[in-house]
This record gives sequence, structure tokens and C-alpha cells, in this order.
Amino acid sequence: MMGFMLTIIRRDLLLIARQPAELINPLVFFVLVVALFPLGVSPEASILSQTAAGVIWVAAMLATLLSLELLFKLDHEDGSLEQLLLAPYPSWSLVLAKVLVHWLVSGLPLVLLSPMIASMLFLPSQALPSLMLSLLVGTPTLSLLGAIGAALVTGVRGGGMLLTLLILPLYVPVIIFGAASVAAGAQGLPIDGYMALLGAMLVFALMITPWAASAALKL
Amino acid sequence: MSSLDWRMPRWFHQMGSPKWFYEWGGRLQSWFALAALVLLGWGMIWGLAFAPADYQQGNSFRIMYVHVPAAILSQSIFVSMAVAGAIGIIWKMKVAFMVARSCIAIGATFTAIALLTGAIWGKPTWGTYWVWDARLTSTLVLLFLYAGVMALNQAISERQTAGKATAILALVGTINIPIIKYSVEWWNTLHQSSSFSLTEKPTMPAEMYVPLLLTVLGSYCLFALLVLMRTRTQILQTQGHTKWLTQHPDIEGV
Amino acid sequence: MFFNSLEDLWVMSGHGAFVWSCYGLFVGLLALNVWHSRSQRAKALKQVRAIARRVV
Repeated sequence: MMGFMLTIIRRDLLLIARQPAELINPLVFFVLVVALFPLGVSPEASILSQTAAGVIWVAAMLATLLSLELLFKLDHEDGSLEQLLLAPYPSWSLVLAKVLVHWLVSGLPLVLLSPMIASMLFLPSQALPSLMLSLLVGTPTLSLLGAIGAALVTGVRGGGMLLTLLILPLYVPVIIFGAASVAAGAQGLPIDGYMALLGAMLVFALMITPWAASAALKL
Repeated sequence: MSSLDWRMPRWFHQMGSPKWFYEWGGRLQSWFALAALVLLGWGMIWGLAFAPADYQQGNSFRIMYVHVPAAILSQSIFVSMAVAGAIGIIWKMKVAFMVARSCIAIGATFTAIALLTGAIWGKPTWGTYWVWDARLTSTLVLLFLYAGVMALNQAISERQTAGKATAILALVGTINIPIIKYSVEWWNTLHQSSSFSLTEKPTMPAEMYVPLLLTVLGSYCLFALLVLMRTRTQILQTQGHTKWLTQHPDIEGV
Repeated sequence: MFFNSLEDLWVMSGHGAFVWSCYGLFVGLLALNVWHSRSQRAKALKQVRAIARRVV
């Protein structure tokens, strides 16, 4: 089964390497959304630094959801998804492999990009570790929960909008604790409690996603 | 999933038969209608005209008698929807999917009522219609969850598939509801903006809470009535070709 | 009754507009739901009757 997962991971990474737009577009979208806020609200450092954490988290969620739409769609369209589901391995391993690839190409780059974005929004530099750490723990949760929605809308027309509608409410706890940890970090307060909560949510998402997403794929 | 073969009593499997559900639902319906009318009417008149005013909020607290039942029902209906969906998945019961589908619009209605009455209550209490109060915020998120379920249900045209997809989403949503609720409550204490929250009553005399009990019970009966009505309509829509239905007095008796 | 007159009940010392609009919303939206359920049933009945007639 590990071999099966590794094969899927290698295959999907290769597909993305040949089609790098899929990797780059969500990142451009992320930066773009963030750049709109100073234009719409105010370029004032005092205001931006207050809103930075929330803006970055919201932009990360939207970028994640945007790229999730394609998680199962392309495989569904060329028929390979059906074949993969027929393979003699549990279908949750397929889901987990796909989610891992998605996080590697969308979540991880967001984490790496976040210091640059944070400085553009004048986030105090002492909040940077908490921002990166919370994104590192939080974005896998986003990918996992989002995969349930992606599986549900596979094969449904206009799936992208629908996916956003289904999944964003489930992201509420992640944004609350993610943004709060950044605010705590900015004030020099300990953030281990927030990290524990974000970690608990990751474990929770790891428990429900494989079941829910593979059940949805078999519809 | 399909390997689960739990022994369940006979009535449980009978309930899964559209014919049986249609018959019994029809008989129960009028009782629920009567109970809902009496309980809601009694509770609302009591709450409006006879309950004493609150010493702190004055007469505006009477909104509680419609706001709280709506808020309670909005959550119970979501959970019922998930339970019905789970029954549908585990025991492959078509009627259970129909029940879950019926819950969507009713639940969304109660959620909208809870949100609107909460906002109207906010005006005399806080001076503005909207405050990011814990209860109002989590009700808003619940409304979004209903919107998602409704959108998914309508996007898939094949009923059986739509039923299963809705059930999965409702289950995932239900598991998430407590997490969302607690995170919103925690967030609210962090950014305390209002001096006191709606419906945070330390002590309530009997003449204040009995009407509330009546409207809550009445709302549950109304929910049951509406589920029966909508599910029976779905049975009509999908079972039109069956012999028992075309020969049913409801159809032939015209 | 808690209030002295019907006038009092209507005004509720200034809170009447809020209280009555909430009760109105509650009754109105739920009645709309009942009405909608009934009209859906009537429509479905008509369809099944049409099928039944064709079969017979």
C-alpha cells in the first residue's frame, strides 16, 4: 500500500512538474488577493499590521480552495480515477496521497511565501515565527477538509463555486485559532496552546477526510 | 459500509418502505399539526401578553420565546439531517435520504428566523442590529452550512447520488458544529464587544420559562409535521409508477 | 394579562415594533413553509394522478 501511495505521489508530482501553471497560479492568486487589501483599505502601516494575520489566512484559504477544485477532476475526466478506485488498495490511501501532493504544491509554498507577504503588510517581525508555524500546521488541515468538498463536487458542473460554498464554513475554527496565534505572537505571548489546538484539528481532519472523501468519490 | 448488517427491529425496516412511511406519516401528520398549533399558539400568547417583563431588558426579552426555539431547532434539524443521512447510507434506505432532503429547507428556515430575530433583538439590547455575538455568529455559520448542503443537493440531478452526497456533507458538518461553536465562543470572549450575551439568564421564574418550553415543544412538532409532509411529497414524486400508489385512495379517490 | 390595555400590549413601552416584528417573522416564515409544502404535495398528487390515468 505504501508502494501504491508512493506511485500516486510520484505520478502527480510529475504531472504538475510538466504543467507548472497549476503550481504557480494559486500562489499568484494568493499574492494578488493580499495586494488588494492595502489598495482597498489603506496603505497605513498601523491599520495593515492589525489586519495582516486575518488577510493572510483568508487569502490562503481561498488559494487552497481554488487549487483544490482540480484535485480529482482531471483524473475523473480522463477516466483514471475510476481505475485507481478499482485498484486492490483501500481508497483512503489514494485520497491521502492526493492530499499530500496538493499540500506539497500549494500549502507548503504558501508557508514559504508568507514572510514576504507579512513584511508587505507590516506584520511585526516577532509575529513571523507564529505565522509560519500556524500556516505549517493549519494548511494541511485546509487541504484535508477541502478534499472532502473536492470529492463531493467531482463530476458536478460548476464545481468550483460549489466547493467554496461547501467548505469555507468548515474553515472557521482554523482561521480563528490561526489568526489568534499570530496576534498572540505579535504581542510576544506564548503560542503553544494555539499550536496544540491547530494540531488537534489536523489530527481530526486526518481522521474524517479519508473516510468522507473516499465515500464521496465512490458515488 | 455494506458489510454492516446490524440486527434492527422490524418496525425499523418497515419505516424504510415508502408505502409504510406514506401510510403512517399521513396518520401522524394531523396529530403533529394539532400539537404544533396548540403548543405554539399557547406559548406565544403567554409569552407575548402574560409573562412578566424582564427587569433588565424590559419587554424586548419576549423575543426570546421565538428566537430560542428557532435557534435550538436550527441545530437539531442539522443533526437530524445527518442522522437520517447516516441511516440512509448504512441501511441503504431511500426514505431516509428523502427525510434528510426534507430537513434542508426547514432547517434553513429556522436558522434564518433565529438570525433575523436575533438581529432585531440586538437593536433594543445593544443599540445596533448586528453585533458579532457568539450565538449570532455561530448561527450565521450554520446558515452557510445549510446553504452548502442545499447547493450540493440541487447541483446533483440524480436523486440517489444527491442523497448520498448530501448525507456525507451533513455528517461532516455535524461533526464540525461543536468545534465551530466552541471556537466561535472562545473567539468572542477574546474580542468581548458586548456587555452581555443574548439569552444569558442566570435565573428565570416559572412564568417566564414555561412559555419557552411550550414554544420549543411546539416547534419540534411543527418540524415533525413539515418533515412528514415533504417526505410524503417526495414519495409521491418518485413512486408514481408503483401499483400501491396508483391504487391508493389519495390518488383514486377523486 | 401583564399589560393594562391592548394599546399597552401593542406598544410594549417602546419595544413593540421589535417584539411584534419577530413574532411576525416567526409565524410568517413558518406559515410560508407549510404553504409551500402543501402546494408541492398538490402538484405531486396531480402528476401521480396523470400517471395513474395513463396506466388504467
